[in-house]
Amino acid sequence: MRHFRLATWLSGLLLAFNAAAADVPFVFEDDTDAERYQRLVEELRCLVCQNQSLADSHADLAQDLRDEIYRMIGDGLSDEEIAGFLVDRYGDFVLYRPPLKASTVLLWFGPFLIFIAAVFIAVRFLRRQAARMDADGQAAATEAEGERP
Amino acid sequence: MRYSIPLVVFVLLVALLGIGLKLDPGHVPSPLIGKPLPAFSLPTLHDEKKVLASGDLRDEVALLNVWASWCVACRTEHPLLVALKQNGRVNIYGLNYKDDRQDALDWLARLGDPYRASAFDRDGRAGLDMGVYGVPETFVIDRNGIIRYKHIGPITPDVLEKKLLPLIRALEAPAT
Repeated sequence: MRHFRLATWLSGLLLAFNAAAADVPFVFEDDTDAERYQRLVEELRCLVCQNQSLADSHADLAQDLRDEIYRMIGDGLSDEEIAGFLVDRYGDFVLYRPPLKASTVLLWFGPFLIFIAAVFIAVRFLRRQAARMDADGQAAATEAEGERP
Repeated sequence: MRYSIPLVVFVLLVALLGIGLKLDPGHVPSPLIGKPLPAFSLPTLHDEKKVLASGDLRDEVALLNVWASWCVACRTEHPLLVALKQNGRVNIYGLNYKDDRQDALDWLARLGDPYRASAFDRDGRAGLDMGVYGVPETFVIDRNGIIRYKHIGPITPDVLEKKLLPLIRALEAPAT
């Protein structure tokens, strides 16, 4: 029991540290703004820890960018304008959802192409298999017939 | 013949992964190349009454080096910048990024000051406008104040000889 309590306490402590990245207490005028802030920091990527969003990252730059996003929401900028602010400075890389343009066509449609190719190969394979089994069956049948007296 | 399709797929996959290994995910191309240096106007590091503004980096090719005394990698590239200044091959300006003024001054006093002037960007606002994310970063600015190249991370002798100096020479060639 004592061990259990210690374990709970320790995991609570770990969670507290973990949550510390994004919980600088920003005060928003209304809930919509708070939601927008939360969505933006989760959809924008930190450039220092590249596999973390701005919401997750402890990097100094992520903190600056969170401050900046908070300020822009306060100034009444739209989501597009805020994302645009970051794209102007850091490029499309900051977007977890990259825009559709010439250089990203393969990224967007590549998986579908691979899927279509896979279906094509699978269908061809199955048809051949079926044809072979058919042929085998007929051969076996004629063989059986031939054996009849 | 039976395994030709899996073989082709395998070879393509290896080629794709091979290319992926060669790419450096740490290198994010800057959208600012070919655009004017973002406007800034900041007190200089040495004298807070003086101002270094983006407009000062005009009429001649210049390097703008983003540095800080807390930045370990800046220390490795610093001797190269000092040598570059002694050769007088190019004007180097500094952007002292999110630093303590006294620490920065001490750092320059100890390691040498290659900068014609350093702007003191205490809160990192100017750095943010330039898309700085990993100090040190070095921008090559042409005569018209346009960013022509950005190097992220410490300058190495190789980068200096093969990338920066040829570009600077090309930009300095008299326009006709």
